[in-house]
Amino acid sequence: MATTYTSGEQVEVYRFSLPATLLVPLAAIFLQAFLPLRFHFFSIFDLPLLVTIGFATARRSPMAGLLTGGLIGILQDALTHHPIGLYGISKTVVGFGASSLGIKLDVENAGARFLLTIFFYVVHEVVYFLIARGLVGLRMAWSWPHELVSGMANAVLGIFVFMLLDRLKQRT
Amino acid sequence: MESVLGRYRNLIVLVGVLFAQVLGLAVQVKRTSDSEPTRLIRVWAVGTIAPLEKALAWVQTSSSDLWHNYFYLRGVRAENRSLKAQLERMSLDQARMSQDADQARRLQALLSFKEQFISQTMAAQVIGASGSELSRSVYIDKGEKDHIKPDMAVITADGIVGKVLRVYRSTSQVLLINDQTSGVGALLDKTRVQGILRGTSAGEAVLEKVMSDETVPAGELVLTSGGDGVFPKGLLVGRVTRVSAGNDLFLNIHVRPAADLSKLEEVLVVTKIDERQTEPDQAGAARAVDILAERLPTVPAKVDTPEKDGVAPKTALPNTERAQAGTGQPGSNVKPKATPTTAVSGAAIGSSATNSDAATTPKPVSPKPVVPKSVAPETTDPKTVSPSAPPAEAQDSPN
Repeated sequence: MATTYTSGEQVEVYRFSLPATLLVPLAAIFLQAFLPLRFHFFSIFDLPLLVTIGFATARRSPMAGLLTGGLIGILQDALTHHPIGLYGISKTVVGFGASSLGIKLDVENAGARFLLTIFFYVVHEVVYFLIARGLVGLRMAWSWPHELVSGMANAVLGIFVFMLLDRLKQRT
Repeated sequence: MESVLGRYRNLIVLVGVLFAQVLGLAVQVKRTSDSEPTRLIRVWAVGTIAPLEKALAWVQTSSSDLWHNYFYLRGVRAENRSLKAQLERMSLDQARMSQDADQARRLQALLSFKEQFISQTMAAQVIGASGSELSRSVYIDKGEKDHIKPDMAVITADGIVGKVLRVYRSTSQVLLINDQTSGVGALLDKTRVQGILRGTSAGEAVLEKVMSDETVPAGELVLTSGGDGVFPKGLLVGRVTRVSAGNDLFLNIHVRPAADLSKLEEVLVVTKIDERQTEPDQAGAARAVDILAERLPTVPAKVDTPEKDGVAPKTALPNTERAQAGTGQPGSNVKPKATPTTAVSGAAIGSSATNSDAATTPKPVSPKPVVPKSVAPETTDPKTVSPSAPPAEAQDSPN
């Protein structure tokens, strides 16, 4: 069993089955595209981001994290009308960061997950904002209150998403 | 060297992946054009997600229909009664508006107006969204096989929605009017000031390029101007909510879209727009007279009394001729067109400025008194119509 150690505590590394690896991100993207039409408030959530963070922290492999994040992001980009790569780059950074942090910290409890999700949500938005504005030339406005409220909403939903992912993960 | 690569392997891969994506992004930004084919990754993504969305949308619609059409029929009778009453009221309204529309068409024919008609639409169901707050677009269940093409207008009964952006085999992506990359030619209903309606990153719609010296009241309607080549002129866009100072000398006019863009379920794709010049039915000049006759108050017909000196006034002959032509008396060779109506039609045009107000002001629902068209000119004294009406002698002049 592959393990890493942080402050003397044993941190376990998990993996996901192939169906779960494929279907969970697809389901997240599907729900993200479908639910806001029926429940407008749902557009504040970013389910693919939560799945990216969930996979990255469970696998604790930066390489797997950045590739998973990149692929989920590109797939999400494909449904928008913006150039492909905006979400791809943002989620690549988040996937790498979350898995790297997952190696060093225990992210099994709800409190840590809550804070981790808020942090990576803001990172995701900052990276997206910079690329969208600097490289693509989209007119965007930054609003800290909006980002923080969205981050907290995503963190609350993230706790439940991570609990669901806990049921799917397998010990290596 | 090998140990360095091994140590920083993750970081090197991260930089490589990011660099590749940034490069790809830069290429896309540089090559952005309308003629660019849809990328394969988009086709795959939409091809994977859209069938699921279609299936779920079908299940939702079917179950909703089943419930509302077969089980939940409470209040249907009362609603039926109310709708019948509403239908009667609207029938009267329609009759009145139909007359107004006919008159408008005749006037347009006189002025050689070109009209745009929405001649064909296709109903489509909204099956999904982009899934991003920053990309305001939706997917509909009609695509290439339904002959949908890019840049077709998408509307609802309430107002415009957006335009078709990308077309796939059985689905299409529709860019909503409140997206920041969309632009709609629009004008204000009363002041007829034109501008460009754009979306913001927050999902609002703002009418730009309106000079700051214009007075724009809140609540004013915003219509399409037809200048964008996508939407025909005159479709409802929304209502002005507030006005703020914009860049330079322009105003930012915030508009609330008439169609609820956050709760779209079914839309209409405008698949065909006809543009044709309005043609008069028979005789343009005669129509102008009709318009005038219907607009002006009728004057009771004078009782024919023998003139004291036995000489009829100059205008009597043409009037008699018109009356004969209109009533179709046997032996009459004078056709309605042959009557000296030029002067009268001139009066009609001259007086149209004052009478057009009558066309726009609400009228009572009761039907207007019907004036026989052929008789109308003789009951209308041009002198009482307008100061610009020609003298009575002019009526006798031949065409």
